[in-house]
This record gives sequence, C-alpha cells and structure tokens, in this order.
Amino acid sequence: MSILQIKNLHVSVDTEQGKKEILRGVDLTIRSGETHAIMGPNGSGKSTLAYSIAGHPKYEVTEGEILLDGENVLEMSVDERARAGVFLAMQYPVEIPGVSVSNFLRTAKTAIAGEAPALRTWIKEVRETMDGLRMDPAFTERNVNEGFSGGEKKRHEILQLELLKPKFAVLDETDSGLDVDALKTVSEGVNRAKAANDLGVLLITHYTRILKYIKPDFVHVFVAGQVAEEGGPELAERLEAEGYDRYVRA
Amino acid sequence: MTELSQTAQHGLSAHSHGAGVPLQIRSERVRSASVADFEIITQREEQWRYLPVDRLGDLVDDVLAEFSGDIALKAPDSVTTAWVGREHPSFGAAGLPEDRVSAAGWASAEAAYLVTIPSNAEQDCQVQLSVVSEDDTASALHVIVEAKTHSKSVVVLDHRGKAVLSENVEIIVGDEANLTLVSIQDWDETSVHVASHFCKLGRNSKLKHIVISLGGKTVRITPSVDYNGTGGDAELLGMYFADAGQHLEHRPYIDHSVANCKSRVTYKGALQGEKAHTVWVGDVLIRKEAEGTDTYELNRNLLLTEGARADSVPNLEIETGKIEGAGHASASGRFDDEQLFYLQARGISESEARRLVVYGFLNEIIQQIGVAEIEARLTESIEAELARSVN
Repeated sequence: MSILQIKNLHVSVDTEQGKKEILRGVDLTIRSGETHAIMGPNGSGKSTLAYSIAGHPKYEVTEGEILLDGENVLEMSVDERARAGVFLAMQYPVEIPGVSVSNFLRTAKTAIAGEAPALRTWIKEVRETMDGLRMDPAFTERNVNEGFSGGEKKRHEILQLELLKPKFAVLDETDSGLDVDALKTVSEGVNRAKAANDLGVLLITHYTRILKYIKPDFVHVFVAGQVAEEGGPELAERLEAEGYDRYVRA
Repeated sequence: MTELSQTAQHGLSAHSHGAGVPLQIRSERVRSASVADFEIITQREEQWRYLPVDRLGDLVDDVLAEFSGDIALKAPDSVTTAWVGREHPSFGAAGLPEDRVSAAGWASAEAAYLVTIPSNAEQDCQVQLSVVSEDDTASALHVIVEAKTHSKSVVVLDHRGKAVLSENVEIIVGDEANLTLVSIQDWDETSVHVASHFCKLGRNSKLKHIVISLGGKTVRITPSVDYNGTGGDAELLGMYFADAGQHLEHRPYIDHSVANCKSRVTYKGALQGEKAHTVWVGDVLIRKEAEGTDTYELNRNLLLTEGARADSVPNLEIETGKIEGAGHASASGRFDDEQLFYLQARGISESEARRLVVYGFLNEIIQQIGVAEIEARLTESIEAELARSVN
C-alpha cells in the first residue's frame, strides 16, 4: 500500500506579464488502488497539477509539499520521481526523432528496473501488451511519437504505463482526441494496469465520458487552481448534467 | 530545437555576408581543370573564408602525389571497375573543379578509378569501396561512379586511415537510374581531406547522396548537383560530429538549370569540445530556365558543450518566379528541454536522456543509408563519441 499526498500546493509559472500563480493551495491524497478524477473547466490548472507532480521545470512550486510514502517528491529530479513510481501520461507526447519505440521502451524499462530486462521475456511482454491495446507490432520500429496519430500517441502512453508498472499514474486528458473505440481500448489498458499493479490513478479530464470506462472512486472539481468541490462518482453525473457554470460564476 | 544563433527560416532572399569578403554570385564562380585559373587560397575568398589556410597543409600545392593507399572493392560481379585516363568519356563528364585544391587534385591524378553499375543492376546491388591510406603525403585521388540507365544501387565510399587528400568524385546518374551514394569520412585525427563531389543527374533519375563526417582534423566536402534532364530528384543528406579541434565543413550546391527538377538538402551536426568547428554553406541556384523547380534545404546543429562553434549559411538565388517551391532553414542550438523532460519522465537519467536525444538526432540520417552493416558501424561510432562526452 502506497500513498501520494499533495498538501497546500502552490505553483507559479513565468509569463510575459510576470510570474503568475496557477495552483493556489491544492490538497489531495491518493492511495494504491484508488482512482481520483480531477475535473474542471479549461484553464483551471488541471494540467499544471499534472506537470508539477512530474517535475516539469517550467512550473515553480512556491509553497506546499508532495509526498510519496513520506518521501519528499519535490526534492527529486524528474527521472528520480519516475523511478520512485510516479508516471505521467502526457496530453501532448513529445517526438524523439531517430529513436525507435523499441529502443525507447527498453531504455526506460532498464532505467526504472535498475537492470536490463531479459530480452526474450521482454519482447514477449511488449508484444502482448501491444496486442491488448490493438497496436500493430511494426509500431516498435517507428521513431518515438513521430508521425503518430492522436490515438497512436495515447495508446503509446498507456503502453508505457502498462510496461513500466508505476505506483501512481497521472493521466493528463488521455481521453482528448480519441474516438469511442480508441477510448475504450485505452481505458481497458488503464484498468489492466490498475488490476495488475494496484495502481493509484489521478485521472485529469474535462469531460465525463472516460468515466464510463474508468470508474472513479472520488471526484474533485478543480476551479481557479483549487479544489472547489469533492465527492463520489455521483458528482461526475451532476457535472455531466449541469456543466461547470455553477462554479465559474460563483 | 532551441534556436540560439545563426537562425534563418525564410525563403526567397539572399543572406548578407560579413565584412571583408566580397559577395559572389554562385553562377559566376570559376570552373576549370587548371590550377592557374584560381586565386591563391586565402580567407578573403568566399570559398575559404571559414577555413584557416594552414589547416590545409600541403594541399595548397599546385602539384600533388598520386594517391598511394589501398582501394578495396566489395561488389556483385556485374559491377565493373577500371583505372581510366583523361581520354575516357566519363572522365570530367560530371563537372569541373570549382576551387583550387580540387583543380590541383584534378591535374595531379593521371587516372581515375571508375566504378560502373550496369543497367540491369537491381535493388540489392550494394557496392562498398574502402579507401584506406597510411601515408600523409599530400596526394590526389579521382573516383568516378557511373550508374547506368535504369540501374538501382547503393555505393559506399568509406575513407579510413591517415591521409592528406584532395579527392574528386564524379557521380553520374543515368536516365531513370536510382543511386544512393554514401561517403564516409572516418579518418584518424591528423588527416586532412578536401573533396569535391560532382553529381550529374539524368532524366527522371534519383540520387540520394549521403555524407557522414566523423574523423579527420580537417574535412571539407563540397557536393554539387547538376541536372542533365527533366524530372531529376536529388536528396542530399549529411551528418557530422565534431570533437575538440576538429574542423568539419560541408558546402552542398544545387544548380537548378533544367525545368521540373527537385532537390532536398538536410544536414545535421553535433559538436563538442574546445574549438570544435563546423561549417555548413548551402547554395541553391535556380536559373531562369529552371521553371517548376522544387527545392528545400535545411541545416541543424546541436552544440553539446561550450567552446564549440557552428557556422550555418543557407543561400538561395532565384532567377525565375515560376517555381514549385523554394525555402531553407537553419538553426544551431542546444538541447530541446521538452524532449529531455519526456525521457526523464520515463525514469531515464538526464545524462542518458541527452545521449539518446543526440543519438536520435544524428541517427535520423544514418537510418537513410539502407546498408545494415554500415548503419550498425556508424551507430556504434556515434554511441562511442557520446559515451566519451555527454554527461
């Protein structure tokens, strides 16, 4: 059982108009096996939360803390966080020209596990996981994210999630740009990872439709860099019906 | 890539030149087999402005020795080779020297090594020509690669060992032929290599010309492309990796004098260490009669350490408005932070992420060669370079 705690997190970014505070005191606690949906309108700071947990240098934490099983995550470098068990599925995965998917996956697995995986079992595991995500085996020969369609990028992110087996996964708008079939496939991958590794999930989304496939235990409504309301799955249903207007106007 | 210096991203205009060097229109440059027709080499000449003359050693001499190293051939039986004299119709068929070192080499090499790819050569026609030298006497070598009509082949010119060499390479691509020509400069650290490649493209032919420069104290390659019929398609690719004290210079030139031809130029380089210097000057001339031309040239440099310098100058001269497209881009900079973040977010350490990004950046060119054993060797060379330095 692991626990990821976010306490009174304040985060700023540099803009042309000077420093701007995006997160204004966020508190969240996620335990292994739990799924938390973070919902909110555009610009509410959802992605900032995701990148701050992963340690993107653009986001400056000015106050508060993030603890993973009591360890101070904010003192860790980006790769140390990943090796400690935090995974970010990105909304806009980056192209790495000239580096094949197979090379990338093997390098990442080696870094996370601390040793190179046994080649034969690794190749089999990659192939089976790709099967589950309905990905063509030839995909591994392509360069990372280069020329991938929106759906391919998201499948590739979830492929990594399943193979790298983190303790906690932050899914940043993984549902955006997916048609219904792709959404189902990707959601099945997340559910497999949950079942296999007792994964804790922070599911960031604007829309409720992915919640049909990945059932949240908790829903947090994010507005203007803070949690405006919290509840169970029923809260998502209310948002589906009413939208965010109520919070934005308040 | 983060763009820090020497940035240009536009079409249809010439670039200004620095003080002290006269502007020269490319089409007015001297072409001659006679050394006497060229000015003495100084950095006041546009062609030599980035290259200190003393780096050329005895290659500044008018008369050079004949190349005395080994030329080893690995090729299917159908490929023929011969030493041919000036009277041979292929000698000088692809072009004439445009600089003094090339002219000295041209005049000094009495015979040329001619490799002929027959018309029926198919996809798996792979030719490897190893040029190996252990002698640093200033010498001259003339090579002619002739890909006959309708042939399809890959020819690798692999330079290794110790040399001070002026090399002229004529590349004749017949009508409808498809040739990939790879020139690898993998010399030891004292070598000086100045090479001119003259490419002549037949009607509807395709040339993929790949330059890989890794080893040598001073390496300067000037590939030029001429079209001999419509529908010619030239793709010029280059990859270089300069370490401390190395000077690696590449000057591709595309002369569009025939209608409806295409060219793409992509050169990528990495630099590390004190006084690592790379120069890329990409000239494209679209003459009045070359309507329907489609051209784009690009140079990217990755500066891995302080103290390295990349000069990058794209030049486009256009004499007709009736073209398909013409553009160029050039950027020299440091690492892309987003790429590093993505890799680190997967647990990969910063130093390894840097190695992977540079490896990938250069590997994009290597992936184009299509000869597995050569690709594997070059990949290893790059990994060895990176293991040495990127931390």
